[in-house]
Amino acid sequence: MPVARRSHRALIALACAVSLVAASFADAAWLRQQRAAAGVRMGELVVQLQLTDLCLFTEARYTRHLSQADLHSAFQDHPLGLEHFPTGSLVPPPASLTAANERLDRETEVPD
Amino acid sequence: MNAWIEKQKYLIDFTLSSLARRKAKNLGLLLVYTLIVFLLASVMLFTHALRQAATQVLAGAPEIVLQRMVAGRHDLIPPGYLERIGRIRGVQEKEGRLWGYYYDPVVKANYTFMVPNHQEIAAGTLFVGAGMARARGLAVGNLISFRSYSGQLFSFTIAGILPSDSELVSADLVLLSEADFRAFFEIAAGHFTDIALSVANPLEVRNIASKLAQQFPDARPILRAEILRTYESVFNWREGIVLALASLAILAFAILAWEKASGLSADEKREIGILKAIGWETGDVLKMKFWEGALISQAAFLIGYLAAYLHVFRFSSSLFAPVLKGWAVLYPRFELSPVIDGFQVATLFFFTVFPYAAATLVPIWRAAITDPDAVMRG
Amino acid sequence: MIELKDIHKAFNAGRENEFHALKGIDLHLPAQRVTAFRGPSGSGKTTLLSIIGCLSRPTSGRVRLGDRDISGLPERFLTDIRRQTFGFIFQQFNLIRGLSAQENVMLPAYPLGGHWRVLHERAERLLGDLRLSHRRAAAVEHLSGGEQQRVAIARALINDPQIIIADEPTANLDSALALEFMAILERLHGIGKTVILTSHDPLVVDSAIVHQVIDLRDGCIVPPPPGGNG
Repeated sequence: MPVARRSHRALIALACAVSLVAASFADAAWLRQQRAAAGVRMGELVVQLQLTDLCLFTEARYTRHLSQADLHSAFQDHPLGLEHFPTGSLVPPPASLTAANERLDRETEVPD
Repeated sequence: MNAWIEKQKYLIDFTLSSLARRKAKNLGLLLVYTLIVFLLASVMLFTHALRQAATQVLAGAPEIVLQRMVAGRHDLIPPGYLERIGRIRGVQEKEGRLWGYYYDPVVKANYTFMVPNHQEIAAGTLFVGAGMARARGLAVGNLISFRSYSGQLFSFTIAGILPSDSELVSADLVLLSEADFRAFFEIAAGHFTDIALSVANPLEVRNIASKLAQQFPDARPILRAEILRTYESVFNWREGIVLALASLAILAFAILAWEKASGLSADEKREIGILKAIGWETGDVLKMKFWEGALISQAAFLIGYLAAYLHVFRFSSSLFAPVLKGWAVLYPRFELSPVIDGFQVATLFFFTVFPYAAATLVPIWRAAITDPDAVMRG
Repeated sequence: MIELKDIHKAFNAGRENEFHALKGIDLHLPAQRVTAFRGPSGSGKTTLLSIIGCLSRPTSGRVRLGDRDISGLPERFLTDIRRQTFGFIFQQFNLIRGLSAQENVMLPAYPLGGHWRVLHERAERLLGDLRLSHRRAAAVEHLSGGEQQRVAIARALINDPQIIIADEPTANLDSALALEFMAILERLHGIGKTVILTSHDPLVVDSAIVHQVIDLRDGCIVPPPPGGNG
């Protein structure tokens, strides 16, 4: 029985994987259609609210509104270099800063 | 042709049998390799789709945002600026925007408070982003209080929650009326956070921006093109996470390749000698090894890519969430539209499959050109 | 069948450790005969065997196989001739460890790309003939010495070669197994195979199955004493 051959099993498995990858492209096309409405809705919201940025990061001013960050925010250097430094996501905020925030959290109900 | 196919199948039979001898080791290798491809492909699919989404969604962002700077800090636009802008030719619309940040000590989250210019919101009510509503457990009709920076307590009723499928732009938004905003942050009438401008002729944008810069030396115009450019280059390869992942992947690859390139043991050399003595040509040995590299690398690529696809587009890149979230509490739930760049996929294929296949073949090449009678002499 | 004319073989030619393994061998090996090369180690018998079996080429001299001069052929053709004409049984058996007996037997046929089912059946038959059917799926390193040699013999026969070449076939076997090997040799001769082997085992060279014994010493053929074997 030829199926017992390792090469047949391997080639069949490989063919399955290839067709699954092909299926993923079909799935992608389907999902694009499914999610188009959400994209349009977000576009409308951006126009309506005059938004300038994605709400991907909410931890810092200059990453929440990445494109609006002021010149002297951390990680900014050049008036036209609007992206933050490559190392921006490698380094946590200075420990002294986070420690101070934590203490304030406990001490006060009033936001800073 | 049939004989050719049959021969390749025999070579695959052999190479698989030899791989099966060290099953754990080779499966482990395949797993590591697949993981590398998975990580690289996930980053690639995610960043590409995110950039595409940003470009699409932010295409409607204000054409120019005018920011005022004082002592190197973002500052409020004082009264009179709006009127002065009106005298610049080509400016079609100009609106002061009111927005700011609020830190909520209850859940330790940052919100963006904002006054919509094109939507009436009744005093004392809020429209909130779905992410914020989730963090605070809010539903329409609920009451919520915020203590303002001056220490005064303000209560609001939730009038609505923004659509949850738009969290990517609105998760942390708190929309309120202008009067409430000014009272809450104590911003006097006539002051604004910044100014959004639209221009009559899109080709004039840069001209107008330079006129603005001349007329308001303390202000900085941010163009929509710059916003889009910012998001086009977000997560480029030099960026932190991507660079860290890529360098790890390259290191892992280097280990794999080095293991392969240097790992031709005396046993393997002897086997090649035996194969040559019993009638295999040098080419047959190389083809057999080629199949080994091809099968392993293709399997790793296909499985890794598939897993990455499912991860990014079916499971909302859940593995990246903790990394992207950083120290934040609020993180948007979003489903990216699977925009896949075929060229990128092809590049990934080339850079993951080719070096491995080469690393498998090169040492074999050296061994396979030995004389077949080495077996007899040895 | 096989004719050797003035065969010389030098290793490390031109270097300080230059070494002449064969110094002018003239030989005729008839078809369907069992021929043994006898001689002490270093006499050049293995080198001679590898030249006859197209595993290596002589430094000078001519090798004729049938009516074909093969000494000047490029390696590709030599490989082709080797796998179609010769079957090899090596002293150390040289089986591929980790692979099953059956796979080892089938290996020499892989580059030919024949039909799998046919090849599979042929391997089964050979394993059956050599009483190895029950061990077909066992990894070769788990077989006994005698079984390993029988696998090596089956492998040598898989491409149905005319000539079987065996290098010191009984060196790693005890007397009982060596006798069994001689019985197999007789069967091979019986089905018309030409067998060429090297040995200094009296059990082999003094056997009636061996038709011709050629003595080698220092890379030269020692002329047979009058009235001697062969």
